[in-house]
Amino acid sequence: MLVGGAIGAPARYLIDLAVQRLHSAELPWGTWTVNVSGSFVFGLVAAVGSGWAATLIGTGFCGAFTTFSTFGYETVRLAEEGETPAAMANVALSLTAGLAAAALGWALGSAL
Amino acid sequence: MSPHPHDHSHDPHPGFPVDPDVPRSDVPLLPHQVGRVLLQRRRVLAAIALGGAIGALVRWSVAEALPHDKDAFPWSTFVTNASGCLAIGVLMVVVVERWAHRPLARPFLGTGILGGYTTFSTYAVETRGLLASGEPGVALLYLLGSVVVGLLAVALGMRLTERVIR
Repeated sequence: MLVGGAIGAPARYLIDLAVQRLHSAELPWGTWTVNVSGSFVFGLVAAVGSGWAATLIGTGFCGAFTTFSTFGYETVRLAEEGETPAAMANVALSLTAGLAAAALGWALGSAL
Repeated sequence: MSPHPHDHSHDPHPGFPVDPDVPRSDVPLLPHQVGRVLLQRRRVLAAIALGGAIGALVRWSVAEALPHDKDAFPWSTFVTNASGCLAIGVLMVVVVERWAHRPLARPFLGTGILGGYTTFSTYAVETRGLLASGEPGVALLYLLGSVVVGLLAVALGMRLTERVIR
């Protein structure tokens, strides 16, 4: 748990940094990228099995790599700025893509 | 955020960033600057890593304290994400209005502890599990309830903190 968290959190910061460098758009794509990719990996790991490796990579790394607090704060700030469509799009795209990624990861992990 | 034509005059927090984790000044402009930025930000990265480990440990403790069946409402993640949202609302007001001179406060407490504590991947995988268990009602309630409560918690945390410190 500790190791996964200690790697996952700074990895999230670096991915957010890299995505923001590529394009500064209205939507917080950095957080979106982190949450969707983390959901895919967690889905895959959860389907493959349990044990210390699943705890390290799944609950530890993926749990800390992805974030709900930043997602919530960014959505509230978009709405406050008067960007209500962007705030709603952020919620819709994060939820649908995150859930689809988790299901895809699970399907892939089950097939392995 | 990039400049855009929308009217920001009604924004209750005009000086607040949208992304709480990566300030614009942190984003390297050119590829060859990436290495230098990482070297310069090594204290920030260490603060995030330490915070992430602490946050993940607290999340694990909450999950151990509130176990749930596969086909039942995942209270532990719900409580974790709702409380983390409340906390980031509080934190961002304090950081912007009181701790502007503390460069490690936001990376350690926000990006690290709260980012490591709250989780989107567990939320997504649990929602998938509820759907697979034949519980679409619980899945929908969890999926949408987490977002509604989380967003309200962020707004509540910001409003309450402003009342206290202003």
